[in-house]
Amino acid sequence: MSRPIRKLIDENGIRTDGRKVDELRPVKITIGVLSNADGSAYIEQGKNKILAAVYGPREVHPRHLALPDRALLRCRYHMAPFSVEERKSPAPSRRETELSKVIREALEPTIFLEQYPRTSIDLFIEVLQADGGTRCAGTTVASLALADAGIPMRDLVVACASGKVDGQVVLDLNDIEDKEGEADVPIAFAPNLNAITLLQMDGLLTDEEFEKALDLALEGCRRIHALQKETLKAKYVTAKEEVEEE
Amino acid sequence: MEIFYENKQLVTPGDLLAEGDYAAGNNAYKAGNKVYASRLGLVNYEEKRVSVVALNAFYVPTVGDLVIGKVTEVNINSWTVDINAPYAALLQASDVLNRFKPQRDDLSRIFDVGDLILAKIVTYDRTRDPLLTVREPGLGKVSRGQIVKITPTKIPRVIGKKGSMINMLKKEAGCKIVVGQNGLVLVDGANPEDERLAITAIHKIEEEAHTSGLTDRITEMLKREREATK
Repeated sequence: MSRPIRKLIDENGIRTDGRKVDELRPVKITIGVLSNADGSAYIEQGKNKILAAVYGPREVHPRHLALPDRALLRCRYHMAPFSVEERKSPAPSRRETELSKVIREALEPTIFLEQYPRTSIDLFIEVLQADGGTRCAGTTVASLALADAGIPMRDLVVACASGKVDGQVVLDLNDIEDKEGEADVPIAFAPNLNAITLLQMDGLLTDEEFEKALDLALEGCRRIHALQKETLKAKYVTAKEEVEEE
Repeated sequence: MEIFYENKQLVTPGDLLAEGDYAAGNNAYKAGNKVYASRLGLVNYEEKRVSVVALNAFYVPTVGDLVIGKVTEVNINSWTVDINAPYAALLQASDVLNRFKPQRDDLSRIFDVGDLILAKIVTYDRTRDPLLTVREPGLGKVSRGQIVKITPTKIPRVIGKKGSMINMLKKEAGCKIVVGQNGLVLVDGANPEDERLAITAIHKIEEEAHTSGLTDRITEMLKREREATK
């Protein structure tokens, strides 16, 4: 492990972006932002800006990919060329292909795919600005886009990372902490099912540290989940209030 | 037997709605003895059943439904019709023509790509695409009027209890209105102003479908608009 170039947590326990160790970045979510998609959502988590769009269920093209017993969930995670400091080639990289797969697998168990055989549900996650933890924010926003599209689901999925920075277990790593820290543990969680659908670890943690990181990430997930629910309801609550005021 | 929300409260997918001896209705599912919501909507508790009235959903074909579709393809002996559902529907040439001969009859003269048709679903199951028919009075090509597209879950609201809303709309706006169960509504009025009025009303119903006292508010709005344009 290379030594951190600078201290990521100061003597008061404050991180580079002014957060405490167990604090999330400010999260802002909106749904229904794209009119051409069947469902869409947009999230800002710290400096992350991510857009998700859902199409379907619809007929599968090319035809031979259709599954006879359930719907096909296709997921594309993509980073815009301008999303990072140095231009990223728009062609899908090895990393993006992997993230597309893990996000798909994090969402798949919550969707009633078996109700719509021979169709496809296409999910697009477009990272407009990246600042660490985009797979988590991408999963969170994708689940909302699916709910916005009216696709029946067992539960929402919410994702959040924790990790180890300067020897301390911290919540919701940003880009510098991700790159220069010692470990990163992204998890995706279905709160009502109480099921973890994604668990990865990059770096090294002791057993105790891992347990602590897991608990912290789950706590972060629960906080974001509350926001997810609020966002879904907000659109309709305002319409109702307006009518009741009349 | 325990419930966790009040009737008509807004719930999100995965919310625990009830526990115990309840059956799961629309947009709800049961796991063990717990009933959860599977869509965003308003929860509805009945005696033995818990369901959710979804706020947004897509159309799933049901046998007997009246739908408005768009012809997307003319095949040798059938038409492919987009009915705003996950599956494309099929209308067979033999349904329209009594004695159909592919060598003689040109199907595109009857319905061409882009034509809108009013049809009924005759068969549908999860293994086969829906099959349509136009062999009933009133069905067939749509030749005039305007189409409004709304979320299929709001269709019952547009119709109202025993047609209260739709009858009021027809009367107040002075238009012929045909409601397709797939979320497409055909509005056909004597002049564009009538049609515009009906369309605004339908959009208002869609927006405020989950609120109560809707029919009265729509009636009021239509009357007010009428006064304003006079």
